[in-house]
Amino acid sequence: MVEHFPTEGEEPAVTLDAFLDQSNATAVRLEPDDDARALIPHLDRLALIEIAFPKYRDGRGYSSARILREAGYTGELRAQGDVLVDQIAFMKRCGFDSFAPEGSLNPEAVERALSTYDQYYQKAADAAVPVWKLRHG
Amino acid sequence: MYKYDTYDQAIVDARVAEFRDQVARRLAGEITEDQFKPLRLMNGLYLQLHAYMLRVAIPYGTLDSRQMRMLAHIARKYDRDYGHFTTRQNIQYNWIKLEDAPDILADLATVEMHAIQTSGNCIRNISSDQYAGAAADEIVDPRPWAELLRQWSTFHPEFSYLPRKFKIAVIAADEDRAAMRLHDIGIQLVERDGKLGAAFYVGGGMGRTPMIAPLIRDYVPIEDFLSYSEACLRVYNRYGRRDNIYKARIKILVHEIGAEEYARQVEEEFAHVKTLGIDPPAAELERIAAFFAPPPFENFDVVPAQAGTVGGSAPTPAAPAFAGATSDPDFAVWLDQNVKPHKQPGYAIVNISLKPIGGIPGDASSAQIDVMADLAERYSFDELRVTHAQNIVLPHVAKRDLYAVWQALNAAELANANLDLISDIIACPGLDYCSLANARSIPIAQKIATRFADPARQRDLGELKLKISGCINACGHHHAGHIGILGVDRKGVENYQLTLGGSGAEDVSIGKITGPGFDEDGIVDAVERATDKYLTLREPGERFVDTYRRVGMEPFREAIYG
Repeated sequence: MVEHFPTEGEEPAVTLDAFLDQSNATAVRLEPDDDARALIPHLDRLALIEIAFPKYRDGRGYSSARILREAGYTGELRAQGDVLVDQIAFMKRCGFDSFAPEGSLNPEAVERALSTYDQYYQKAADAAVPVWKLRHG
Repeated sequence: MYKYDTYDQAIVDARVAEFRDQVARRLAGEITEDQFKPLRLMNGLYLQLHAYMLRVAIPYGTLDSRQMRMLAHIARKYDRDYGHFTTRQNIQYNWIKLEDAPDILADLATVEMHAIQTSGNCIRNISSDQYAGAAADEIVDPRPWAELLRQWSTFHPEFSYLPRKFKIAVIAADEDRAAMRLHDIGIQLVERDGKLGAAFYVGGGMGRTPMIAPLIRDYVPIEDFLSYSEACLRVYNRYGRRDNIYKARIKILVHEIGAEEYARQVEEEFAHVKTLGIDPPAAELERIAAFFAPPPFENFDVVPAQAGTVGGSAPTPAAPAFAGATSDPDFAVWLDQNVKPHKQPGYAIVNISLKPIGGIPGDASSAQIDVMADLAERYSFDELRVTHAQNIVLPHVAKRDLYAVWQALNAAELANANLDLISDIIACPGLDYCSLANARSIPIAQKIATRFADPARQRDLGELKLKISGCINACGHHHAGHIGILGVDRKGVENYQLTLGGSGAEDVSIGKITGPGFDEDGIVDAVERATDKYLTLREPGERFVDTYRRVGMEPFREAIYG
């Protein structure tokens, strides 16, 4: 899978308000209470959308990510903040392909978390085929 | 009964392996309790006052004898030889060692069981009507849709960090035996023009702010069942409050923006979600529904005079189905109180009360669990149900076997003939076990049951649902009790508030507080004064709650406080 960590020297992500005011930014950062749907008219010129997780318990970013992928966004979708190893598999299924955790993540643990399950009951924003589809073709 | 295929089994097995690894890392000190906590909670493992508590999921309260025996085995091998059946139709073990937890989950997985999502801010065990598949008044067996929801909600990637826990009930009858409208989402399967659909009630719940779920949409076409559910959850996940744990349930969102506005947002989301193809094809529902096909009932030629006696008037002495009844008055009472009509002629629904006088509501010993498993295997097409009132049901018993079933139950001290009577008490574990509790619940339940121990007195009082919670979280459903009791901490002393007039049934209502609280003995006296008053006020055919609704609080308040 594609999963990468942010590189040095990339364009800093601007806030949603700043992005909507300023037409040339290609990277934007969504806070948990920002409405991801505000970005839908602009998806084709965005290269990076960073979704903030100030606390791992705050799951609004999962919905934001799916909404963006469901609207056809294909650029980088990054989870930033209190991102723990146990969230990464869920995040990946919601369409995140990049992670910028505040703390350090043990790469081995990440690998283990991502390989634990290979069957999924429900359709989400990743390419996984749900179990019901495997059952019925 | 639903049976796992290789996909279901692989998911549960993977979960066991994952948790085994997490526990090993915790025991080795590689992760802190703080880091471990969310992981164990996702597997139903709580840290209580004295030990770990493990909550095992019993999807929609249905299980077979093999699974029931496994519950006995776990109690025997890993706990203190008993288990506690809960208001979520689950079972809890109160004395679990952390190092045993992975083995317990592995044992459960061998009988297609798990503890997934029995805690945490996620979609919890789906509950349903304990008489599903047996009740005459259902339009369809609701369990295939509950199973569909179980699979959809298991490890749902978007809804595993909701603002708060989320409980869903599915029923398919007008008589509500599952407290449907006191759930975050209550679903009633309905028919319109001969086509099945679902009525969605959203935003009910108990806790410190009890709410009855308003109707959000009266008919969702059945093929949109999951996408409409997904839309309901997405609106909640995005807009449910996260600033205050006590205001984070969906009931607060629905209440604050209003049912109409919530429904509008769901419709908007639904219009989008239903284009995503998340609803499985009809073939999947058919595959699941096939597991819930009626068991191979015998065709009994039922003499009309005999039909309908069960659960109603006294059994017909001449009826061979009730052999033994005439010579055994205890059997006759049990038959009248605990046995309910079945949709199939010649069959009945048996309720096993886990509420012996002076006992702990919902507790059963390993030996008793085994007895119930044996009876299910022999007499009930291998099926059992757990009820939200913390009792067990044998859903499909031939009437001719009722006496034999009763004798076996009686020998195991399981023939308590008090279903829906004042001693059939729902009680949370309270301060005897729970780290959240402010007061003990179990001793209050024991004292009240003991005060009203006389079977004739209980039966004279009639249907009276008494429910006790040891703190404001309301796990004992006190808001929905005809008589409710809430334990609070008043300056370091346990104090008990009394409520009257609640109901979790189709006449759903929230109880009202009578006035100042009582101490441990005082609350028992207060309950007795309320029931004495009812006896002086009732009109023919009125239950306690009916009389309360007719006359209001004042006469009761006067009786209670003098």
